Amino acid sequence: MTVADAPVAQQAPDDRGTDPLSAPGFRLARRSVVVLALLCAVGFPFVFTNPATTSIAFFTLLYAAAASAWNLFSGYSGYMALGNAVFYGSGAYFMADVTTHLNERGGTMIFAWVPAAGLFAGLVAVPVGWLALRTRRHTFVVVTIAIFFIFQLLAYNLQSVTHGSAGIELPLPPWTAATYNDPFYAAALVVAVIAVIASWAVRRSHFGLQLLAIRDDEDRARGLGVRTGRVKLTAFVLSGVITGMCGAIYAYYLGSVYPPFAFEAIFDLTVALMAFLGGLGTVAGPVVGALLLEPLQQYLTLQFTAAGLSLILFGALFLAVIGFLPQGIVPSLGQLLRRLLRWRRTAASGPEATR
Amino acid sequence: MGTELAKAVVDGVLTGGVYALMAAGLTLIFGVMEIINIAQGIMVVLGAYLSYTLQVHAGIDPFVGLLITIPVMFLIGVVIEWGFIRRLASRDRTALSILVTFAVAIIIEGILTQFYSADLHTLDAWYVERSIHVAGFYLPYIYVFGFGLAVVLLGALYLFIYRSRTGYSIRASMQNRTGAQLIGIDIDRVAAVTFGIGAAATAVGGMVYGATNTFNPDSGYDLISRLLVIVVLGGLGSIGGALVAAVVTLVIEDVTAVLWSPVWSSTVFFGVLVLVLLVRPSGLFGARAVRAQ
Repeated sequence: MTVADAPVAQQAPDDRGTDPLSAPGFRLARRSVVVLALLCAVGFPFVFTNPATTSIAFFTLLYAAAASAWNLFSGYSGYMALGNAVFYGSGAYFMADVTTHLNERGGTMIFAWVPAAGLFAGLVAVPVGWLALRTRRHTFVVVTIAIFFIFQLLAYNLQSVTHGSAGIELPLPPWTAATYNDPFYAAALVVAVIAVIASWAVRRSHFGLQLLAIRDDEDRARGLGVRTGRVKLTAFVLSGVITGMCGAIYAYYLGSVYPPFAFEAIFDLTVALMAFLGGLGTVAGPVVGALLLEPLQQYLTLQFTAAGLSLILFGALFLAVIGFLPQGIVPSLGQLLRRLLRWRRTAASGPEATR
Repeated sequence: MGTELAKAVVDGVLTGGVYALMAAGLTLIFGVMEIINIAQGIMVVLGAYLSYTLQVHAGIDPFVGLLITIPVMFLIGVVIEWGFIRRLASRDRTALSILVTFAVAIIIEGILTQFYSADLHTLDAWYVERSIHVAGFYLPYIYVFGFGLAVVLLGALYLFIYRSRTGYSIRASMQNRTGAQLIGIDIDRVAAVTFGIGAAATAVGGMVYGATNTFNPDSGYDLISRLLVIVVLGGLGSIGGALVAAVVTLVIEDVTAVLWSPVWSSTVFFGVLVLVLLVRPSGLFGARAVRAQ
């Protein structure tokens, strides 16, 4: 994760020599933080049993996974996709359709369909990505938005598959109200871990480097032999698979799917904002962004029941993030730490030793 | 069936003219600043609410009210450009602009929801209810007036861009931002004026939209998705392309509603974009990419 947290393009030109943050001590510290975070996530529902709290925790994990998935394509390749709700909704409708058609009984076994829903969303992502990625970077954003609206309209109009605005009811989960959230929390945690491991593995791989090369200079990358079309599409589909799994869990959690919930324009934006806040193109960034934003957003909606006010606050927050933290929290923290370390080293060994 | 079809085509052309004006503002902003203004849709709704407020509270006819709403929307556009767009870093400018204007759109939506609630409104006047009888068609006066006004304003926009000094500056900035700056063009001023013009177009579009549709703060999403499709179809930055694309897509939508079903007409509207992009990834009139970036 050493390289992972320093966006390549933003590395300061005066970064001579070794990165102080890749010293063995820091690698160990970083690993302990990851293990500690995982332990906290696993232990959370045992400590906090209030359903209102675990519900927020569930959504936080779900969005951590979805934001990581968004970052896996858009953060690494620099192609802003504002239509990931297409895969979220596809996963949700797949889940609803399959479980109702097979007359599944509610229960833990339903979660076995989550990976299949992810694969289905991935299948949807192949033609969507193939079409959208034919265009230039600026047009790509617009095309993903347009495709999102096509899917939303299809959800309303394809009555035989989606039952239109009447929606589909999923099998009733058998759990009591007090522990209702726990299985969903566990499922979201698993998907979130998968998403983070996937984006970590991609970031370290040859494939990830190709994505970053596309972000920095696509023509040069192609000139150097990167098969840009194939690389972009693969990352796009991978991102779709993970987002689809999130959508499937969300559908079962809600108990029913309706077009405006499955295909939600705010979802497209929220995942992008989380990745931006945490740090675009970093592994930890989207998770940090989700950890901060999702509880805040849930709190705001609970506090300000007037729909208008919560919209204004969300928009203002969004502007503040882009205005004050354009790089995101993780890269900014990394820079701060680096500067601090260099300053300490300089202070310890005198100014000449820096050369 | 034949007359119905002809009526659909006429309706499509008339509404297409108004969409063309709104889309022209959007594509002009992109052409000059490489910025995609996601707030264009909600600004149309804002324009509609301004006309509505003037009519209900001050008794001003919506067409006369344009004398007030156009300058107001122009100012709002200038303020948005100055407050949020100008500060953006040059790296990832387009991507950031989408997020920023999306945030602005959400804030405007919130303000409108706060003031007017989510209830549906519509503008009312004699020309909304009465129709004119031309060549066997009954056309509501508002369609004709709206189309006429859009054509006049598009003509004025054309003259402004191709014949005035500021227009020369705008076109120079579209062709080469740095070059324009080097020969002494005040880029910041051009950007502010362009954004203002784009916003002013929504005042007119909003008034006609408000008189021909019911609207609430949520309508912005439907509008921006349509405007984006039109602008991408026409080729980002091409005003002429936007005009053609607006008329073509709205005629196709109206004809689909007659031939197939109104339920599918919006889907077909978006489907046109997919089909065109399959053949021409840079839109109908878009310049081919020099570099893929």
